[in-house]
Amino acid sequence: MAYTPEKPPNAESSEQLRARIPGWGVDLDPKDRPAVPQLQFHRDLSGAHWEFPERQPETWPRERSMEHKFLTPVFGTSCPPKGVSGVLRKHAYRTYSEGRAAHWLLLIAADRVDAWESHLRSFVTLRPDNPITQTGVTGEFTHHGLASRFGKKRADLTHQPLDPIVVAGPWVLAGGLVYVAAKALGRRRRG
Amino acid sequence: MRAMVYRGPYKVRVEEKDVPRIEHPNDAIVRVTLAAICGSDLHLYHGMMPDTRVGMTFGHEFIGVVEEVGSSVQNLERGDRVMVPFNIFCGSCWFCARGLYSNCHNVNPNATAVGGIYGYSHTSGGYDGGQAEYVRVPFADVGPTRIPDWMDDEDAVLLTDALPTGYFGAQLGDIVENDVVVVFGAGPVGLFAAKSAWLMGAGRVIVIDHLEYRLEKARTFAHAETYNFTEYDDIVVHMKKITDHLGADVAIDAVGAEADGNFLQHVTAAKLKLQGGSPVALNWAIDSVRKGGTVSVMGAYGPLFSAVKFGDAFNKGLTLNMNQCPVKRQWPRLFEHLRQGYLKPSDIVTHRIPLEHIAEGYHIFSAKLDGCLKPLVVPGAG
Repeated sequence: MAYTPEKPPNAESSEQLRARIPGWGVDLDPKDRPAVPQLQFHRDLSGAHWEFPERQPETWPRERSMEHKFLTPVFGTSCPPKGVSGVLRKHAYRTYSEGRAAHWLLLIAADRVDAWESHLRSFVTLRPDNPITQTGVTGEFTHHGLASRFGKKRADLTHQPLDPIVVAGPWVLAGGLVYVAAKALGRRRRG
Repeated sequence: MRAMVYRGPYKVRVEEKDVPRIEHPNDAIVRVTLAAICGSDLHLYHGMMPDTRVGMTFGHEFIGVVEEVGSSVQNLERGDRVMVPFNIFCGSCWFCARGLYSNCHNVNPNATAVGGIYGYSHTSGGYDGGQAEYVRVPFADVGPTRIPDWMDDEDAVLLTDALPTGYFGAQLGDIVENDVVVVFGAGPVGLFAAKSAWLMGAGRVIVIDHLEYRLEKARTFAHAETYNFTEYDDIVVHMKKITDHLGADVAIDAVGAEADGNFLQHVTAAKLKLQGGSPVALNWAIDSVRKGGTVSVMGAYGPLFSAVKFGDAFNKGLTLNMNQCPVKRQWPRLFEHLRQGYLKPSDIVTHRIPLEHIAEGYHIFSAKLDGCLKPLVVPGAG
């Protein structure tokens, strides 16, 4: 035990474990472990036939961390920044290093703005956002929503009721604000 | 093509998108035949990872068939059946040359602290992922590998992240013969870490979670001793009691950013996004391991600060090992283990979801419905 020199014995010996568990001990020798040590110089460069890769063309001013010397030779082109969220994102990259909390907090704020902008934009398309189908909440009925939770000792049941608030809360709040604003406008016109 | 698209926190849908094109001479375009949803995709889905943009396609676990290659590609041809590691890496930067493929410096302009990952926000490079019919695969001569003829598709897709990550996590525990290893989290990575701990000679493997169906899997699949932390006032005290008050030799955090077990930690991280992650499992690992022991962190955390009990780690003289897994380095040894029958990763697959139903797939995985442990995504089905 912890208060005396010897380690407490395990319930099973190595021989018993080797007999019971397929493959027990085959990687006992650290030399057989591919990630030990983590840093290992590989002169073959893993199939790369370049010292520095060719550069991917930059088709728009690609935002990048100020901790980089230059734009990396290869980069993703999934979603170019746009709208107010794009302005926030470009500001975060241009102004703050990765070491600053402001960098990440601005990017998280931009994510929320992006979601709102995209929802609003979707309402002038033929396929507006649909919180029922997009949240997959119908899975509650097809994949045993109640039975998966009822009578189980699940720690996540304490906060799962917050999820509908996180998803629907801003919509309810926005609807309320629009209603109040419209009512106030109507009163002013009548008055 | 049809592709999963993020529409904001807790919302995804399938849309028509342009088929990706070759953007660099060493790119390939891969037609996806099978993909998976990873537990770390849920951090994106819940809006926790900074710079996750509406319109992005997620998915960093996928296999497929090469449809087109760029002008400088030498190692792959159209028609090759390939598995693609979740890391995007160049093979030649300072980090790749030393085997740190997950820390490549040439693929992610958005951050220097993270490498490139398919479909994992712009913080990880802004690449679309594989929960789609087609995907752009950069550095085709470096990352992807032809799938061996003897390997099943479902085993292959789990070799692109979940199994190598669990195996890597056990390696970072520096396990020696007869060590007591405790794994926090009985999801796919935790199960594979527990299973791998035996391969490295552990004398006792303990798995902690709160979901009974996952603990059952830890007992049957990973031969582990299990405890449901909701049954104990304090799981750390229980860990001390069952190790004669020494603590475990090695603790592995296989939970990461959305850990349960502390309401305040979970809500401030997962709901209010005021932390990079909820470090409940990491703090339990720090407090459960013995003084001078090793903590291996495999759970993913965001780049913002988290309330980690660093003082305990310091005072106990712990070694903390962590990294995103450099997947391709693990493959040769893992292929041997599969051939020998020591590992059968597809045994943990619980759901096979047509791409068109991916919103339901995310919901049932996120809400842990229907015994969901590992959902696969099948393009072109249903």
